[in-house]
Amino acid sequence: MTPTSNGWEPVIVGFSCNWCSYRAADSAGMARIKYAPNVRFIRLMCSGRVDPLFVLKAFADGADAVLISGCHPGDCHYITQNYKTLRRFALLKQTLTALGLEDGRLRLVWASAAEGTILAEEIDNMVADVRKLGPLNWKARTAQRVTAAAG
Amino acid sequence: MSKPKFAMYWAAACGGCEIAVLNINEAILDVDANFEVVFWPVAMDAKYKDVEAMPDGDITLCLFNGSIRNDENAEMAHLLRRKSKILVAFGSCAVDGGIPALGNLYPTQAIIDTAFSTLTTDNPQGLRPQTSYAAPEGEIHIPVLASDVRTLDQVVPVEYYMPGCPPESKQITAVVSLVISALKGEAALPPAGSVIGAGASTVCDECPRTRSEKAIKRFRRMATYQPNATECLLEQGILCSGMATRSGCVALCPSANVPCIGCYGGAPGVIDQGARMLSAIASVVDSDDPAEIASILADVVDPAGTFYRFSLAHSLLHRAK
Amino acid sequence: MSDGKEPRIGVYICHCGSNIAGTVDVEEVARWAGEHLPGVVVGRDYKFMCSSLGQELIEKDIHDLDLNRVVVGACSPHLHEATFRGACQRAGLNPFLFDMASLREQVSWVCADRAVATEKAKALIAGSVYRVAQNEPLEPIIVDINPNVLVVGGGVAGIQAALEIADAGYHVYLVDREPSIGGHMAQLDKTFPTLDCSACILTPKMFSAGTHKNITLLTYADVEKVDGFVGNFTAQIRQHARKVDVSLCTGCGVCQEKCPKKVIDDVFEAGLGYRKAVYTPFPQAVPKYPVIDVQNCTYFQKGSCKVCEKFCPTGAIKFDQQDELLTVNVGNVILATGYDLFDSRRIPQYGYGRLANVFTSMEFERLANASGPTNGKVVLRDGVTVPQSVAIVHCVGSRDRNYNSYCSAICCMQSLKFAHLVHERTGARVYNCYIDIRTPAKSYDEFYQRVLEEGTVFVRGKVAEVTDAARVPGEEGKLIVQVEDTLVGHQRRIPVDMVILSAGMEPRAGAKEVGKIFGISCSMDGWFIERHPKLDPVATMTEGIFIAGVCQGPKDIPASVSQGAAAAARVLGLICRGRISLEPVRAQVNQDQCSGCRICNNLCPFNAITFIEERGVTEINPALCQGCGTCVAACPAGAITGTHFSNTQVLAQIDGLLSVMA
Repeated sequence: MTPTSNGWEPVIVGFSCNWCSYRAADSAGMARIKYAPNVRFIRLMCSGRVDPLFVLKAFADGADAVLISGCHPGDCHYITQNYKTLRRFALLKQTLTALGLEDGRLRLVWASAAEGTILAEEIDNMVADVRKLGPLNWKARTAQRVTAAAG
Repeated sequence: MSKPKFAMYWAAACGGCEIAVLNINEAILDVDANFEVVFWPVAMDAKYKDVEAMPDGDITLCLFNGSIRNDENAEMAHLLRRKSKILVAFGSCAVDGGIPALGNLYPTQAIIDTAFSTLTTDNPQGLRPQTSYAAPEGEIHIPVLASDVRTLDQVVPVEYYMPGCPPESKQITAVVSLVISALKGEAALPPAGSVIGAGASTVCDECPRTRSEKAIKRFRRMATYQPNATECLLEQGILCSGMATRSGCVALCPSANVPCIGCYGGAPGVIDQGARMLSAIASVVDSDDPAEIASILADVVDPAGTFYRFSLAHSLLHRAK
Repeated sequence: MSDGKEPRIGVYICHCGSNIAGTVDVEEVARWAGEHLPGVVVGRDYKFMCSSLGQELIEKDIHDLDLNRVVVGACSPHLHEATFRGACQRAGLNPFLFDMASLREQVSWVCADRAVATEKAKALIAGSVYRVAQNEPLEPIIVDINPNVLVVGGGVAGIQAALEIADAGYHVYLVDREPSIGGHMAQLDKTFPTLDCSACILTPKMFSAGTHKNITLLTYADVEKVDGFVGNFTAQIRQHARKVDVSLCTGCGVCQEKCPKKVIDDVFEAGLGYRKAVYTPFPQAVPKYPVIDVQNCTYFQKGSCKVCEKFCPTGAIKFDQQDELLTVNVGNVILATGYDLFDSRRIPQYGYGRLANVFTSMEFERLANASGPTNGKVVLRDGVTVPQSVAIVHCVGSRDRNYNSYCSAICCMQSLKFAHLVHERTGARVYNCYIDIRTPAKSYDEFYQRVLEEGTVFVRGKVAEVTDAARVPGEEGKLIVQVEDTLVGHQRRIPVDMVILSAGMEPRAGAKEVGKIFGISCSMDGWFIERHPKLDPVATMTEGIFIAGVCQGPKDIPASVSQGAAAAARVLGLICRGRISLEPVRAQVNQDQCSGCRICNNLCPFNAITFIEERGVTEINPALCQGCGTCVAACPAGAITGTHFSNTQVLAQIDGLLSVMA
């Protein structure tokens, strides 16, 4: 894992469901697996609670990337709700692409409670990808433009 | 006693709001009876210096429509803010950015290049507009395009918001009556920051079409499909923004067999109208298979334009990267 | 904050011994939180926050410093959220005005760099602080528990569960889709390791269940729909028409005897024997009432016959009997729906279905069973020839990436049992082809030793093929088992008369749909998912729904019985308490803002969302709502709010997390 040359590290907001994926993160911890520390998780009851509003807010507030994590399709604690996550993720990605955000800044990872290693690996891969994309700096970007345009 | 002063100004606008105001028909006589119109470029001749000469806060009611696209718009926003007691962001452009805010999908330079060097433009030297020019009589300036389109309240504080493209004339009449009554001490104005001239729910509340559970297997485009007049448009696969758009227009467009395009902005309390539309539509795509979902959503050809048609400037991301 | 008061937040950073403090600068995080985070009036660090002293720190500060919100940075909330909520509650603070950040599982245990870990800890604490300021006080939802219980599946696990609850004095509805209870255990011959006759040990339990005053037996019935929530479920059960009036039937069996239509019994007899069109699945069936198999009955198919009706001494045959729909109200459900046998035809190289003398394990059980189609004689398909050599293949469809990766738990013992039975009955030479010998439970390995001494030949190798294509003299007319003997390192071709495939256990074909009816999910392999694989194997993530037996995963009879009893104990515990408190994480619709767009209407798998036509708005039943928040995220009008995970709270947490940037 090579950090960037100027020491910049991506800051990634993660949304995790309470059941499978949060337990996967716990199980990675219990196994003392060392993985990239860049993801800051918010615990929700279900990945179906992830509102595109949250993702947009995270980007607008300065996150370089967003990770959504939940139970495998078919294993959702609330039966079918992660399919809604899947659908929203698809359309959100389309919309973010139209707004110029690079693929790789929004990722969806399914992880069951026993898959701590897989979650850790996915996070490492995501962080490596986002390092290559560079900082997003949306907040600074917008602030700059708004000040520059102030009449 | 002199009548309270009224002003109406258009920034980056199309003129539709002015027409909507004139469309209140005889109610315009109440405006004339109760206000002194001091500044209204479409209706009377007045100069900016006339406004500058007014005392601060002298204009009781100012309806400001159009978004802030260039430095002239911004200057006038500041000026009219100083000179007005009640500044209303009038129409979708002033409230949410409106159609001009779709310019935020592109860098400003790209917009200029497109305007000045298309296939049909006769511009062999590739000229681009200059914002200042040294004429023999002196240096002249034209307004500078800002890098982003902004809403009125992103430039100055605003008392009220009146959405719509344009706001419905009936709503305008109602608001005018309310203000007149309030000035006479017969009614109270809503708290500052309120949305006026609009409803408290979404367009579906006013829409006459029948509604069932939604399960979308394919999206259809108005160019190639004639929807029936009775069923919910979304259920027929047409991307209708009504469910994510504030009510108040009496569902004019769905009643005319065309989809709502979202001009009244988000529902009360909603931070980002596009996010609501996106989330709702995606939630009811009728598939659990990623490949099928992608193929159904492929028919949403312009997500940014569809979901943020009127509200891009007020959205969380505000613009494209 | 929403109550108009200023937040007064206490932040507590746990060292967890050196688990957190070893990597994260906990004193620094506590100090920084106290000085820099908005609303924080005190930031403390302590060695073990979960200890009574740690909790007392919180309680004391709530009193002395008038705290109205608490944040603890420690281990995973899954471990101690309840602990700290309890501390808050004892000090008079609503337990939902608390938030917990995982600084151990998510920071100190997964990140080695002290500076980076401390920074991340700060970010997570900031997230929690910003969030908790928006938390609202909530009261848990208390519901009563209906003492009736529904047990779905009348195999040995279901029977055990039903008897335990019925003996304790509560009413059980025991439903099974077959005409009789007993499940797969009723089909077995002898059971390992004791070699008890399966029917002999099972039938007394079946009889008890069939006659117990507290058990309503509903066989030949399916649960079609379940509504409600823990303590208050309503189940719709379809009692299929037996075409026999059970109030008149005496179980005399004359109808079966006289019925002229024979049908291959592919359920109980595994296809090896016949039954009649009107039949009881086996002689000791409970209940004893037969059913008419309408698909194969001459009367229903052609309109003639009616012999059974003619001979029935009590006039119990009722051709026009219809299905009945019953509704039962119960407080808890135990699913014990068992398994299906792996279909050995999926491994064509083993020749099942093509080569006559390749048998599945269940076919062999019926063959060996004294009341089976050959009266217990171990013979080839011709019904006459006694095999002189038998190969038993382990792990058919199990431990195999091409089919099922898991081990089916019982096949080794079963294969050893078969080896023993074949020896006993035929004196044939027996080959067991195995990968490993798995005999872990009580008396299991001793059984293996016994079978070893009986002279069975053990070949350690996964069978590649069973073929009838002879290559060398001595192979004609035989089944040749091609296997690599890995202990000696070469291929063997073993000619035998009979091959028995120890087919694995698979989830029932309809398990996923059954899961959906009850609101539980299946794992990737298709077994019902337990609440915790080690610590809570009979509960599911859905309150009030329990699982027992093989439907939870392959296991033997003792384990199935234990789980049936365990599930019963859990249910009895709930019945004893009489009431249960549910987390008040719920969604609700603001009906003034709801426009009746109906986007949310089909998003709820718990049927908590209904549309009220007359008012043109949607409403959510808080008792059915499980609090997932999917509808909250979907509502285009923002008219649905979710308690404890509101937009305000989550957006605040995002602000907090991103307020700490290098």
